[in-house]
Amino acid sequence: MTSDGRQDFAGTAEFRHDPDPTPSRPRPAEVLAESIVEIVSDSGEGAQRCGQSLAAIAARMGNGIWTVEIIPAEIQPPHRSVAGASGNRVRFASGPVTNVGDAADLVVAFNEQVLLSRLHAGEIKPGGTILIENAWQNDPDPAIVAAYAKVVAGVRADGYRVYEVPMAAECQKYVPDPRKGKNMFVLGMLCAIYSLDAEVARAQVRFIFAKKDQKIINANLELLDAGWAWADANLDLKYKVPAPPVAARQVVMNGNAALALGVVASGMEVCAMYPITPATSASHYLSSIFEKVGCVVHQAEDEISAATFAIGASYAGKCAVTITSGPGLSLKQEALGLAVMAEIPLVVIDVQRGGPSTGLPTKVEQGDLMAAMFGGHGDAPKVVMAVSSIEECFYSVITARKIAETFNMVVIILSDASLATAQQPFERPVFNPDWLAPPINQSAVPEDAKPYDWDARTGIATRFIPGQPNGMHCLTGLAHDRDSHVAYDAAINEEGLLQRSRKLAAFQTTLRLAPVFGGDDGDLLLIGWGSTKGAIEEAVTALRAQGHKVSSLHLKYLQPMASGIDAVMKRFGKVMTIENNWNDPKDDPLINDDNRRLSSLALLLRARWLVDVDCWGKARGQPLKPSAIMQAALAKLETAEGEQ
Amino acid sequence: MTASMSQCLMQMVQTDYQMSDYQSEIAPRWCAGCGDNAILTAMQRLCRDEQLPPEKTVCVSGIGCSSRLPHYMNAYGFHGIHGRALPIAEGIKIRRPDLNVFVTTGDGDNCSIGAAHWLHAIRYNMNLTVLLHDNQVYGLTKKQASPTSPKGLKSNTTPYGAALNPLNPLSVTLGVANVSFVAQAVDWIPDLLYEILRKAHQHRGLSFVRVLQRCPEFMGHRFDDWVRDPMKMRILTHSDGLRLKPEVSRVYKNQETHDPLDMPRALAIASMQEEIPVGILYNDPSVPCYDDLRAGERPNTPALVKTVLDEEFDKVGIWPDSADPAGSTE
Ligand SMILES: Cc1ncc(C[n+]2csc(CCOP(=O)(O)OP(=O)(O)O)c2C)c(N)n1
Ligand code: SF4
Repeated sequence: MTSDGRQDFAGTAEFRHDPDPTPSRPRPAEVLAESIVEIVSDSGEGAQRCGQSLAAIAARMGNGIWTVEIIPAEIQPPHRSVAGASGNRVRFASGPVTNVGDAADLVVAFNEQVLLSRLHAGEIKPGGTILIENAWQNDPDPAIVAAYAKVVAGVRADGYRVYEVPMAAECQKYVPDPRKGKNMFVLGMLCAIYSLDAEVARAQVRFIFAKKDQKIINANLELLDAGWAWADANLDLKYKVPAPPVAARQVVMNGNAALALGVVASGMEVCAMYPITPATSASHYLSSIFEKVGCVVHQAEDEISAATFAIGASYAGKCAVTITSGPGLSLKQEALGLAVMAEIPLVVIDVQRGGPSTGLPTKVEQGDLMAAMFGGHGDAPKVVMAVSSIEECFYSVITARKIAETFNMVVIILSDASLATAQQPFERPVFNPDWLAPPINQSAVPEDAKPYDWDARTGIATRFIPGQPNGMHCLTGLAHDRDSHVAYDAAINEEGLLQRSRKLAAFQTTLRLAPVFGGDDGDLLLIGWGSTKGAIEEAVTALRAQGHKVSSLHLKYLQPMASGIDAVMKRFGKVMTIENNWNDPKDDPLINDDNRRLSSLALLLRARWLVDVDCWGKARGQPLKPSAIMQAALAKLETAEGEQ
Repeated sequence: MTASMSQCLMQMVQTDYQMSDYQSEIAPRWCAGCGDNAILTAMQRLCRDEQLPPEKTVCVSGIGCSSRLPHYMNAYGFHGIHGRALPIAEGIKIRRPDLNVFVTTGDGDNCSIGAAHWLHAIRYNMNLTVLLHDNQVYGLTKKQASPTSPKGLKSNTTPYGAALNPLNPLSVTLGVANVSFVAQAVDWIPDLLYEILRKAHQHRGLSFVRVLQRCPEFMGHRFDDWVRDPMKMRILTHSDGLRLKPEVSRVYKNQETHDPLDMPRALAIASMQEEIPVGILYNDPSVPCYDDLRAGERPNTPALVKTVLDEEFDKVGIWPDSADPAGSTE
């Protein structure tokens, strides 16, 4: 959907099914507001690169895009297997795209098994377009010939619009091994289908092979042109997703890359981590660039070590960061309590995955909110924020470092598996030296200053950093007084609790609530946090277009929360959170209002503001789709007042 | 007087540190006769003799009786959480080569809950001085068996006697890749304790010193036989090793000249049962240090951060009409 009213185009494309396309004359392109394309292959056949390039070309032409990787379930899956589907989904539109969208309009499959994988997952729109490699119909193995024929006949019977494409045969005219080159042929085909700019496409091919020699660049350009020409000559598919020209410089990257660049831009100098999916790629990328700015990624022996190493580095220098996912966050909890108690700044990035335990390592879930807020023992106030776009992944790290260092607090950034690999363009950041941490203070501490001279108003104390003369004290995780002396006295313990809590309140007063999306009041308010923002707002836009008085509010800060949320909630007849995590189904015979377990944010909102907040969510390891959110909202609108 | 001269004079004035400059305002609260007291004194002596500026000295510990030591030092202290003193100290050291970092840990702290960190700390070989206060029991939590408790020890969790053979911290440490300095001291020979600590501090890399520490509260007369009979103590000497005061040499006559690069002999010494070896078992100053290897080649400056960010943005740039895409990679 676009924000400029062009969503009216959605669905107006009328597909004419022509099973035996004859070479055609140039035809006018059908105008679409958006399209979702998937390219799937065995891993190693380059579908990923094809999808990324398609996205880059569309973005370059001004389209909004969102891409996600389709990741095989195994490292080395067998060829031609359902489990081995690897590739990319590209959603591009006339205006900005904020989420992965619903089912795909068009899929390019390099074999029928990977196609099946997407069909089984329900990711292809009924009646959608399928372009499939046809070399399998002449395979020496009769079993393969049969399998191919069966699937193709099946999808045709199911009403899909199927084109069998001689990809390998065509590529062989240009390269000896069609496995290495098919992806550029397909890229050319897709560029032709979507009427993309040929020069921009060629520039993209030159760009991705820039480090290769000219022969390779030329061969790939030939393949691109060949795919283009073949599609123009043989397919009756011609669309255009119009877009305004790109005005400002943009960058396109995934959430984990944005987090890593955010770490560099924040001025933090030490990242201690232990590998864990889906967080690791952030550390991989950071490892490749951090040394260039004189900094260190330390792969510790476990997460406890990673967290305590980061705490040590923060204590003796600039705020440090540790990057992890759910199981790692659990292991770090005791250390986070130490940082809270001793008031050491620390940034923790948690790229959430499905849980509990090892759970769904590569799949998305918003399951760690409670662990982030309350995971450790005792009262341990920390700041918890969630990112909702790729751009936010970048800027949030800079903000988190500042908060951590201003308040001497632990700041947890919640991202998730869907943002980790999703790509989205955003305006190229312009470096600002204020992003960076100032040099560490090594000047002498004033004679009478104490290490915990809590400010009566804010609870903030200036920390003393080793090397500062007069600042010697022994920091401890035990209850302590202003001198950092161990103290079990009741009043002193209570004062420490108060001051640490007060910092959170002081920080809270600086927060501003984001504007409500949609209308200021109405029948239903949806509240979300984190990566679901785009899908929720898309659903709200569609619902409002149908005349429903639905709005949404998206929270960036979960702890503390900005003031004003209750006032917003009270302006709506019903309130429901939309979360990618577990809640008990209301229609289960065992479930009632007394035992129904709610999604995390719903529980928090009810507890704080005594508002009757319902929740809807799924924990299926997949991003929430706008259409599913719409259904849930419609169902909620229909329920009687007071009924949960 | 020039500025540099006055600075020089100031330094001369400042560097006259006394023992009392390393004593915090908190009096130690260990039991009478606890070996931790001797270790604290040896540390303070070392700081004084080496004239370590208190603000440049950091004592890190975990949790346990022994881990209270940083509170009693006038230096920067970090009394951490149980078992994690080593990674905290590593984090402190990674960007601060200017700091003298000491680690105090107990046998439960280091050899049980923190055992993974122990092995990896040896392998990282960062510039840290690590003192294992080995009283062979959990003191703070009131007498449970530790991994180094002698077999058969009756404790609150092993009322019928500890079932297993103890773990030997010396041989375990000697077995880890990149080990560079291993020594053993005992709290009841303060001169040697001090001397070993001095050598450990001077070593570049991780120096691991196991100190057999008496816990009169829970281990009663555990080391009495050795305390009473100097001949049951084997002192390791070497031309480049410990300086033995004549009065120490006169009492502790059971001496062995040991080459600290002789690993097989070091392992044999580590496993002695009847005699307690005291001295440097192993010392290889050539092992590279992780903090040196990972030291940034250039300082983190705003200009550098800008350059690197721009390089990375160029790689993923979407260029408006005016800019040439291919141009940005060349
Ligand atoms: C995570 C955690 N588990 C358990 C404890 C309880 N605890 C504190 S000190 C200690 C053992 C101390 O023994 P040791 O390390 O040998 O030190 P000592 O007191 O003998 O000097 C234990 C189990 C704790 N503080 N934290
Ligand atoms: S219990 Fe043992 S180790 Fe602890 S202070 Fe007393 S004597 Fe020392």
